[in-house]
Amino acid sequence: MTTRAEVCVVACAEAWRGDGAILASSTGVIPRLGARLAQLTFAPELLVTDGEATLLRDADVEGWLPYRQVFTMVAAGTRHVMMGASQLDRSGNSNISCIGAWERPRRQLLGVRGAPGNTVGHPTSYWIPRHSPRVFVERVDMVSGAGWDRGAHEIRVVVTDLAVLDFAGPGRTMRLRSTHPGVSVADVVAATGFTLTIPAEVPPTREPSPAELRLIREHLDPDGLRGT
Amino acid sequence: MSVADVDEAVAGVRDGMTVGIGGWGSRRKPMALVRALVRAGRRDLTIVSYGGPDVGLLVAAGCVRRVVTGFVSLDSIPLEPHFGRARTSGEIALTEYDEGMLHWGLLAAAHRLPFLPIRAGLGSDVMRVNPGLRTVRSPYADDTELVAVPALPLDVALIHLNRADAHGNGRYLGPDPYFDDLFCLAAKQRVLSCERILSTADLVGAGPPQTLLTNRSMIDAVVATPHGAHFTSCVPDYGRDEAFQREYATTGWDTFRARYLDGDEADYQKAIRQ
Repeated sequence: MTTRAEVCVVACAEAWRGDGAILASSTGVIPRLGARLAQLTFAPELLVTDGEATLLRDADVEGWLPYRQVFTMVAAGTRHVMMGASQLDRSGNSNISCIGAWERPRRQLLGVRGAPGNTVGHPTSYWIPRHSPRVFVERVDMVSGAGWDRGAHEIRVVVTDLAVLDFAGPGRTMRLRSTHPGVSVADVVAATGFTLTIPAEVPPTREPSPAELRLIREHLDPDGLRGT
Repeated sequence: MSVADVDEAVAGVRDGMTVGIGGWGSRRKPMALVRALVRAGRRDLTIVSYGGPDVGLLVAAGCVRRVVTGFVSLDSIPLEPHFGRARTSGEIALTEYDEGMLHWGLLAAAHRLPFLPIRAGLGSDVMRVNPGLRTVRSPYADDTELVAVPALPLDVALIHLNRADAHGNGRYLGPDPYFDDLFCLAAKQRVLSCERILSTADLVGAGPPQTLLTNRSMIDAVVATPHGAHFTSCVPDYGRDEAFQREYATTGWDTFRARYLDGDEADYQKAIRQ
């Protein structure tokens, strides 16, 4: 029985398909597994780090990438990051900085980190582990990462625990691309705080192949950190 | 140029100064020097940092007026509790930059340039919350609009490395130099703490030359502070003390301070072993 987490790992991996020899950066267990799965299967040229300064091919060290070189790849555009976001709007503007007014926030989050540079420098995707109206909002409180309407380089896809979304809606706004097996279109609409573009036919997110499932379960994540 | 202890090492830091702190998040932070600033009761500091518990400790102790950063995080604990509380209570000011902008500001200061252009920031609210930020247009045919990151000159830089000699030649042994060399190059007064001070010959003989991150022209004071990055990581000498970091993040400030920070650095090192 394929789990939702396994579907999400493959959906994240798909974000990097066709990217070539660029740096696949990620935050969170599921996108990290996705990047490693992509590197092991259909995107062997991808560069993947250990989260610090070591480049890994599968589990083996293959190179060195300190932060200053990551910054150069950000500026050069040779990177595709899958970030998290506490808020995201229909154009892909994201917030990881704070909730409430920036001048005196209700809740301080991480800070903008590299989101401003990432989003104008190279492709950016998002991983949202809990698709909810609190995350998918009309307006984000602080634009940390720029969306399509603010000059983003490319906001490619948003993978959530319910669905995959892209920006093929009118004026590059968010469109429902696929729903994960067992999720209805109505579930996604109810969990989104703005109006999504919904095509007449919404396909299911593709399921992992037997080979992908074996890699995820036996090789990449035998301890089940991905959850269910 | 090597000095006796951390208190002497930070004696030149005055209230109101701009202090850059090396490391990244909860990694290789000059925590013994930070603790010395807390003990000295410095006030109204502007802290420039890829922020971690260095920022949290100084904010909690009331030493800070402004933080210049792209993030403050404990890595394994994503949000820094003291920084978060100070932001929601409005007691500190914040200059919030993209990580790359911070790098560029230090590089501009190091090169004695008034600014350096960067793409990062365009389209984001970094421009809104820093109304003093300006953009420039490329004078060449591309005519590109870019953010002019102002130089970030520092009064003081504090960094921690694995090894050094008494003159300020310093070596990192971990995976990432972070931006410690740039913090020094951007600062007037540069303080290097290290796990061990070696003779120059032993320092040079112990590894490849490209791991010597600082040379003696970049450093004004060197102090040996064994375990001085605690509780942040200082690999390969030691990793992050995760249990202690959890205690730091979940203990009330007054209790934590009484337990660990009221004595000197030797008392701190003794207390954390109990």
